Amino acid sequence: MFITYLRRELVNRRKQTIIIAVGMALAIALVIIVNSVAAGVKDAQTSVLGSVYGVGTDITISKAAAAPGEDGTDGPGQRFDFGADAGSTTDGTTAVATSRLTAGMGTSTFDATALDTVTAESGVSDAAGVLSLTNTTFDGELPDFSQMQQGQTGGAPGEAAEGTAPTGGADGAGGSSFNVDSFTVLGLDPAASAVGPLSAVTLTDGRTLASGDTGTNVAVLDSAYATTAELAVGGTIDIGGTSFEIVGLVESSSGDASTASNVYIPLDVAQSLSGEDGNISSIYVQATSADDIASLKTSLETALPDNTVSTQSDLASSVSGSLSTASTLVGNLGTWLSIIVLAAAFLIAILFTISGVTRRTREFGTLKAIGWSNRRIVGQVAGESLVQGLIGGVAGIAIGLVGVVVVNLVAPTLSATASTRTAGGLAAPDGAAAGGPGMGGGGFGQAAQAAATSDVVLNAPVTVSVILIAVGLAVVGGLLAGAIGGWRASRLRPAEALRAVA
Amino acid sequence: MYQLTDVTKSYTKSKHTVTALKGVTLTIPSGQMVAIQGPTGGGKSTLLQMLGALDRPTSGEVTLGDSTLSKLGDTKLAHIRAKEIGFVFQGFNLIPTLSARENVETALAPLGLSNAERTSRASAALESVGLGERMLHLPAELSGGQQQRVAIARAIVKNPEVLLADEPTGSLDEETRDEIMELLEGIWREKQLTLIIVTHDSAVAKRAERRLHIKSGTVKEL
Repeated sequence: MFITYLRRELVNRRKQTIIIAVGMALAIALVIIVNSVAAGVKDAQTSVLGSVYGVGTDITISKAAAAPGEDGTDGPGQRFDFGADAGSTTDGTTAVATSRLTAGMGTSTFDATALDTVTAESGVSDAAGVLSLTNTTFDGELPDFSQMQQGQTGGAPGEAAEGTAPTGGADGAGGSSFNVDSFTVLGLDPAASAVGPLSAVTLTDGRTLASGDTGTNVAVLDSAYATTAELAVGGTIDIGGTSFEIVGLVESSSGDASTASNVYIPLDVAQSLSGEDGNISSIYVQATSADDIASLKTSLETALPDNTVSTQSDLASSVSGSLSTASTLVGNLGTWLSIIVLAAAFLIAILFTISGVTRRTREFGTLKAIGWSNRRIVGQVAGESLVQGLIGGVAGIAIGLVGVVVVNLVAPTLSATASTRTAGGLAAPDGAAAGGPGMGGGGFGQAAQAAATSDVVLNAPVTVSVILIAVGLAVVGGLLAGAIGGWRASRLRPAEALRAVA
Repeated sequence: MYQLTDVTKSYTKSKHTVTALKGVTLTIPSGQMVAIQGPTGGGKSTLLQMLGALDRPTSGEVTLGDSTLSKLGDTKLAHIRAKEIGFVFQGFNLIPTLSARENVETALAPLGLSNAERTSRASAALESVGLGERMLHLPAELSGGQQQRVAIARAIVKNPEVLLADEPTGSLDEETRDEIMELLEGIWREKQLTLIIVTHDSAVAKRAERRLHIKSGTVKEL
């Protein structure tokens, strides 16, 4: 009787059934699409971050850079103390060719013993320390500054200094001509390959660093950088004035992404060449369980109070570009839109169900008169609403899946730039003229440079959990409408119901 | 047997109180056919609702056999209506989306019968009222008289002790009225149930063995 009555009511009140089902379908389809796109965006962000921090890195530990002078030093940065004894001077012109390996501006190093502290924490599966550096080469001609300082006599305030006109330099009149080039260098422990940037790369030529490379001047290059710099396995590369043998080329495992650094060398060599003995700039940590990441972060922050401890979700904010925009769009607008449409669909279902109960006042009054209990009538109304909700749910899942297929067919390409806390660099245009007194000792610090820029194709995955959520929402919507409508029906007094239509 | 003792029923609407029954005391023995007449608004339908356990009196007591209807909860009253009381309404009150047989089956749904038994009894009931060939028709496909026959079949399919009919011929023409009344009388005699008919039609009331008149909430024997 229940099924027969239910089926007849849904068929005969087709318009109501369709309206409720359509509302529910649209809401559920939107939830599926938003959830799938959000999951795809998250996967894309993880992929980009993975190319920088390596697969399996759950937490990164770094140290915020100190402002110059804060810690009693001039701060990290590129300092080219050319002075009078840098390069060879001929006829008032000093030819300079120098290479420096230093931690970049905006980064800070810390004692490598922090790695022991990290690995001693429970919940840590693996950890590796790295030293991020920038190798800068300066190659050009400068005027002889010493002759310029000797030839000048001081003048009264407000008057120009008097002296002989400058000579020498690239233009013979005291000007300079130079090239500045830089590339990033990452010092890492050759034995620690399970976590860190080299865990997210594919070997394209030669070999990667091995535990036996400790203390040796060998380097692995990012293959894209090697192509640009016309370098290959078997060749050499000058790092900090020392020649390194190129033993391998690697590329990112995630498509078009660059790897975290242009060059990879053994950590101890990097520390020695850069003057950062015993120091590192980051620790990559892999947790034993994804469920423990938050608590592990807390315990690491306690153990290393002077360091910055970041999880993947913290670092997600460092991903910029259209991927970041998509993430914000889906996260904010998409979520709120889903909630609003879902609430509207539930409201439509409830209102139509109540309206239907009101229209069926005599019907329910008659059924009560012939002996139907409140529970039976409420069950009938709830059953009808539930089926309407499920019809909407099935339609919504179908529409949602079509929407996801469309997203995957369109497969929009999003740009993503993940900046690290440790990269530093400087860039000055070739041939820049930088004359004038007081140049010696100046630094060229620029803001941190992006460690990984990539184009990511957005893929929206459909998971069982999303489908189950959709079904759950349909059931909840139907039950909610049925419960409220059933409550209205149960409150009908048979005598009043029959009197109402007498 | 019905026993009403000093039954009063009042309704309050918009601060206006209407007393539909005023201290009604009445005994209706089992198996009696009673007609209740009276002017519109006199309290006929209210009295029927008290007898049918569709409503409770404001004061007084209504008993049916061993059950004091005025003191039972909604669930118990529904149970009594399901088993012992059959209703026939002026407007037929059939479920428009169900066939004639399915409408009759709705009266058996609360009794927990198997599908087969429910269908069998509903078919037999429709046969007994002369609608054996209209079982699968929807109410909209039946005439007024046929719809009332379906309603009567629905009322008697559970073999009730009491059959309450509220203006059963009110929506029918004269010829059909007589057919329906003959059907009701026939059922009354065959099943020896208590038949109480509310009507304003004297021609219908005359068929009863006992006639009551209710006016302004007060009942008198005719």
